[in-house]
Amino acid sequence: MNNPHHLNPTSLKSRFTTRFLRALTKIRAQKPISSSSPTEIFRRYRRIKVAADKSMAYSVRSRRIWSRAMLWKLRSRSYRRQDPCSGRRSGKTNQAIMKKSSNENTTTRREDGVGFVEEADELRQLVPGGETMNLCNLLDETAHYIKCLTTQVQLFSPIGKG
Amino acid sequence: MSRQRETSSNKITDDELNALILRLQTLLPQLDQSRHGRVSAAKVLNEICSYIRRLQNEVDGLSGRLSQRLDSMDLTGFDAEIVRDLLQQ
Repeated sequence: MNNPHHLNPTSLKSRFTTRFLRALTKIRAQKPISSSSPTEIFRRYRRIKVAADKSMAYSVRSRRIWSRAMLWKLRSRSYRRQDPCSGRRSGKTNQAIMKKSSNENTTTRREDGVGFVEEADELRQLVPGGETMNLCNLLDETAHYIKCLTTQVQLFSPIGKG
Repeated sequence: MSRQRETSSNKITDDELNALILRLQTLLPQLDQSRHGRVSAAKVLNEICSYIRRLQNEVDGLSGRLSQRLDSMDLTGFDAEIVRDLLQQ
Protein backbone atom coordinates (compact mmCIF):
# COMPACT_ATOMS: atom_id res chain seq x y z
CA MET A 1 0.00 0.00 0.00
CA ASN A 2 1.64 3.20 -1.08
CA ASN A 3 1.77 6.19 1.20
CA PRO A 4 3.49 8.81 -0.88
CA HIS A 5 2.82 11.77 1.39
CA HIS A 6 4.75 12.93 4.40
CA LEU A 7 2.09 11.71 6.77
CA ASN A 8 3.43 9.39 9.41
CA PRO A 9 2.18 5.96 8.26
CA THR A 10 1.42 4.88 11.79
CA SER A 11 -0.39 8.06 12.79
CA LEU A 12 -4.03 7.90 13.68
CA LYS A 13 -5.22 9.93 10.71
CA SER A 14 -3.21 7.80 8.35
CA ARG A 15 -4.60 4.55 9.77
CA PHE A 16 -8.06 6.01 9.73
CA THR A 17 -7.79 6.97 6.06
CA THR A 18 -6.30 3.67 4.92
CA ARG A 19 -8.97 1.60 6.64
CA PHE A 20 -11.79 3.70 5.32
CA LEU A 21 -10.50 3.57 1.78
CA ARG A 22 -10.11 -0.20 1.97
CA ALA A 23 -13.67 -0.54 3.21
CA LEU A 24 -15.03 1.69 0.45
CA THR A 25 -13.28 -0.35 -2.19
CA LYS A 26 -14.85 -3.49 -0.78
CA ILE A 27 -18.30 -1.95 -0.62
CA ARG A 28 -18.08 -0.81 -4.18
CA ALA A 29 -16.96 -4.25 -5.35
CA GLN A 30 -19.84 -5.96 -3.60
CA LYS A 31 -22.62 -4.89 -5.91
CA PRO A 32 -23.11 -4.63 -9.66
CA ILE A 33 -22.87 -1.22 -11.29
CA SER A 34 -26.58 -1.15 -12.03
CA SER A 35 -27.56 -1.03 -8.39
CA SER A 36 -29.49 2.19 -8.27
CA SER A 37 -32.65 0.99 -6.55
CA PRO A 38 -33.46 2.99 -3.41
CA THR A 39 -33.04 -0.15 -1.31
CA GLU A 40 -29.59 -0.77 -2.67
CA ILE A 41 -28.54 2.80 -2.16
CA PHE A 42 -29.84 2.73 1.40
CA ARG A 43 -27.98 -0.48 2.13
CA ARG A 44 -24.86 1.02 0.74
CA TYR A 45 -25.32 4.16 2.84
CA ARG A 46 -25.58 1.99 5.96
CA ARG A 47 -22.43 0.10 5.04
CA ILE A 48 -20.51 3.29 4.40
CA LYS A 49 -21.63 4.74 7.71
CA VAL A 50 -20.54 1.60 9.56
CA ALA A 51 -17.25 1.63 7.65
CA ALA A 52 -16.60 5.21 8.75
CA ASP A 53 -17.33 4.34 12.39
CA LYS A 54 -15.31 1.14 12.23
CA SER A 55 -12.33 2.91 10.70
CA MET A 56 -12.50 5.49 13.44
CA ALA A 57 -12.88 3.03 16.31
CA TYR A 58 -10.25 0.60 15.05
CA SER A 59 -7.74 3.36 14.52
CA VAL A 60 -8.05 4.42 18.14
CA ARG A 61 -8.44 0.82 19.30
CA SER A 62 -8.84 0.34 23.05
CA ARG A 63 -6.95 3.42 24.12
CA ARG A 64 -10.12 5.34 24.89
CA ILE A 65 -13.30 4.48 26.74
CA TRP A 66 -15.41 5.80 23.89
CA SER A 67 -13.55 3.75 21.29
CA ARG A 68 -13.88 0.61 23.40
CA ALA A 69 -17.59 1.24 23.71
CA MET A 70 -17.91 1.82 19.98
CA LEU A 71 -15.92 -1.30 19.16
CA TRP A 72 -18.12 -3.35 21.44
CA LYS A 73 -21.23 -1.91 19.81
CA LEU A 74 -19.91 -2.66 16.33
CA ARG A 75 -18.90 -6.19 17.23
CA SER A 76 -22.11 -7.09 18.99
CA ARG A 77 -23.93 -5.69 15.98
CA SER A 78 -22.23 -8.14 13.66
CA TYR A 79 -22.61 -10.98 16.15
CA ARG A 80 -26.30 -10.33 16.37
CA ARG A 81 -26.67 -10.60 12.64
CA GLN A 82 -25.05 -14.03 12.59
CA ASP A 83 -26.28 -15.41 15.87
CA PRO A 84 -29.60 -14.35 17.37
CA CYS A 85 -28.71 -15.74 20.81
CA SER A 86 -25.96 -13.27 21.62
CA GLY A 87 -27.72 -11.56 24.50
CA ARG A 88 -25.58 -13.15 27.17
CA ARG A 89 -22.36 -12.18 25.48
CA SER A 90 -23.39 -8.55 25.11
CA GLY A 91 -24.23 -8.25 28.79
CA LYS A 92 -20.88 -9.62 29.86
CA THR A 93 -18.87 -7.30 27.66
CA ASN A 94 -20.86 -4.29 28.76
CA GLN A 95 -20.04 -5.05 32.35
CA ALA A 96 -16.37 -5.29 31.47
CA ILE A 97 -16.41 -1.83 29.91
CA MET A 98 -18.28 -0.37 32.86
CA LYS A 99 -15.91 -1.91 35.34
CA LYS A 100 -12.87 -0.60 33.53
CA SER A 101 -14.05 2.97 33.32
CA SER A 102 -15.48 3.26 36.82
CA ASN A 103 -12.33 1.88 38.42
CA GLU A 104 -10.32 4.77 37.12
CA ASN A 105 -12.06 7.30 39.33
CA THR A 106 -14.58 6.61 42.04
CA THR A 107 -16.64 9.73 41.41
CA THR A 108 -19.80 9.14 39.46
CA ARG A 109 -22.65 11.62 39.34
CA ARG A 110 -21.98 14.89 41.11
CA GLU A 111 -24.91 16.99 42.08
CA ASP A 112 -23.39 19.06 44.87
CA GLY A 113 -23.69 22.48 43.29
CA VAL A 114 -21.98 21.59 40.04
CA GLY A 115 -24.73 23.27 38.06
CA PHE A 116 -24.62 21.35 34.81
CA VAL A 117 -25.94 17.91 35.61
CA GLU A 118 -28.55 18.02 32.85
CA GLU A 119 -26.07 19.10 30.22
CA ALA A 120 -23.66 16.39 31.37
CA ASP A 121 -26.40 13.80 31.13
CA GLU A 122 -27.18 14.92 27.62
CA LEU A 123 -23.52 14.62 26.75
CA ARG A 124 -23.46 11.09 28.11
CA GLN A 125 -26.02 10.09 25.52
CA LEU A 126 -23.91 11.43 22.69
CA VAL A 127 -20.48 10.10 23.57
CA PRO A 128 -20.14 6.31 23.12
CA GLY A 129 -19.90 4.69 26.53
CA GLY A 130 -20.80 7.97 28.17
CA GLU A 131 -23.35 6.40 30.50
CA THR A 132 -20.58 4.52 32.27
CA MET A 133 -18.23 7.48 32.70
CA ASN A 134 -17.73 9.71 35.68
CA LEU A 135 -17.66 13.45 35.02
CA CYS A 136 -13.89 13.75 34.74
CA ASN A 137 -13.64 10.95 32.20
CA LEU A 138 -16.67 12.22 30.33
CA LEU A 139 -15.13 15.65 29.75
CA ASP A 140 -11.79 14.16 28.82
CA GLU A 141 -13.24 11.57 26.46
CA THR A 142 -15.49 14.18 24.83
CA ALA A 143 -12.54 16.28 23.73
CA HIS A 144 -10.87 13.31 22.07
CA TYR A 145 -14.11 12.05 20.56
CA ILE A 146 -14.79 15.42 18.95
CA LYS A 147 -11.32 15.54 17.44
CA CYS A 148 -11.88 12.10 15.92
CA LEU A 149 -15.32 13.09 14.66
CA THR A 150 -13.89 16.10 12.83
CA THR A 151 -11.31 13.80 11.25
CA GLN A 152 -14.10 11.43 10.28
CA VAL A 153 -15.85 14.26 8.46
CA GLN A 154 -12.64 15.10 6.63
CA LEU A 155 -12.49 11.56 5.25
CA PHE A 156 -15.39 12.43 2.98
CA SER A 157 -13.89 15.64 1.66
CA PRO A 158 -12.98 14.28 -1.82
CA ILE A 159 -16.69 13.84 -2.53
CA GLY A 160 -17.12 17.49 -3.24
CA LYS A 161 -14.59 17.22 -6.00
CA GLY A 162 -15.64 13.80 -7.27
CA MET B 1 -6.83 28.75 45.09
CA SER B 2 -8.13 25.31 44.39
CA ARG B 3 -10.05 23.29 46.91
CA GLN B 4 -11.26 19.76 46.82
CA ARG B 5 -14.95 19.23 47.09
CA GLU B 6 -14.40 16.20 49.26
CA THR B 7 -11.55 15.00 51.40
CA SER B 8 -10.83 11.80 49.49
CA SER B 9 -7.91 12.15 47.11
CA ASN B 10 -9.90 10.50 44.36
CA LYS B 11 -12.27 13.41 43.92
CA ILE B 12 -11.87 15.93 41.18
CA THR B 13 -10.74 19.44 42.11
CA ASP B 14 -12.31 22.69 40.96
CA ASP B 15 -9.22 23.50 38.97
CA GLU B 16 -9.26 20.17 37.15
CA LEU B 17 -12.90 20.63 36.34
CA ASN B 18 -12.33 24.15 35.05
CA ALA B 19 -9.39 22.99 32.96
CA LEU B 20 -11.46 20.27 31.32
CA ILE B 21 -14.33 22.65 30.59
CA LEU B 22 -11.92 25.24 29.24
CA ARG B 23 -10.35 22.69 26.92
CA LEU B 24 -13.79 21.91 25.53
CA GLN B 25 -14.45 25.60 25.10
CA THR B 26 -11.39 25.91 22.86
CA LEU B 27 -12.93 23.35 20.53
CA LEU B 28 -15.85 25.66 19.91
CA PRO B 29 -15.05 28.53 17.57
CA GLN B 30 -18.33 30.23 18.42
CA LEU B 31 -17.25 30.56 22.05
CA ASP B 32 -13.85 31.95 21.21
CA GLN B 33 -12.35 33.15 24.47
CA SER B 34 -10.95 36.40 23.16
CA ARG B 35 -14.49 37.60 22.51
CA HIS B 36 -16.52 35.79 25.12
CA GLY B 37 -14.09 35.40 28.00
CA ARG B 38 -15.47 33.24 30.72
CA VAL B 39 -18.50 31.18 29.74
CA SER B 40 -20.55 29.04 32.09
CA ALA B 41 -19.81 25.34 32.08
CA ALA B 42 -23.44 24.62 31.32
CA LYS B 43 -23.27 26.74 28.19
CA VAL B 44 -20.04 25.10 27.07
CA LEU B 45 -21.54 21.63 27.48
CA ASN B 46 -24.68 22.74 25.72
CA GLU B 47 -22.72 23.97 22.73
CA ILE B 48 -20.57 20.84 22.81
CA CYS B 49 -23.67 18.66 22.56
CA SER B 50 -24.96 20.65 19.60
CA TYR B 51 -21.55 20.42 18.00
CA ILE B 52 -21.37 16.64 18.39
CA ARG B 53 -24.86 16.23 16.97
CA ARG B 54 -23.95 18.41 14.04
CA LEU B 55 -20.81 16.40 13.30
CA GLN B 56 -22.66 13.10 13.57
CA ASN B 57 -25.37 14.34 11.23
CA GLU B 58 -22.75 15.60 8.83
CA VAL B 59 -21.13 12.17 8.61
CA ASP B 60 -24.58 10.72 8.10
CA GLY B 61 -25.36 13.05 5.23
CA LEU B 62 -21.96 12.55 3.64
CA SER B 63 -22.39 8.78 3.83
CA GLY B 64 -25.67 9.15 2.00
CA ARG B 65 -24.14 11.27 -0.72
CA LEU B 66 -21.22 8.92 -1.10
CA SER B 67 -23.56 5.93 -1.41
CA GLN B 68 -25.10 7.49 -4.48
CA ARG B 69 -21.84 8.44 -6.10
CA LEU B 70 -19.58 5.58 -5.13
CA ASP B 71 -19.79 3.85 -8.50
CA SER B 72 -18.77 6.88 -10.43
CA MET B 73 -15.97 7.95 -8.14
CA ASP B 74 -12.34 7.43 -8.84
CA LEU B 75 -11.09 5.85 -5.63
CA THR B 76 -7.44 5.67 -6.59
CA GLY B 77 -6.99 9.36 -6.03
CA PHE B 78 -9.26 9.28 -3.00
CA ASP B 79 -6.67 8.65 -0.36
CA ALA B 80 -4.23 11.13 -1.84
CA GLU B 81 -6.87 13.83 -1.64
CA ILE B 82 -7.86 12.94 1.90
CA VAL B 83 -4.27 12.98 3.02
CA ARG B 84 -3.67 16.32 1.36
CA ASP B 85 -6.78 17.79 2.99
CA LEU B 86 -5.85 16.40 6.37
CA LEU B 87 -2.36 17.82 6.09
CA GLN B 88 -3.78 21.25 5.38
CA GLN B 89 -5.73 21.27 8.63
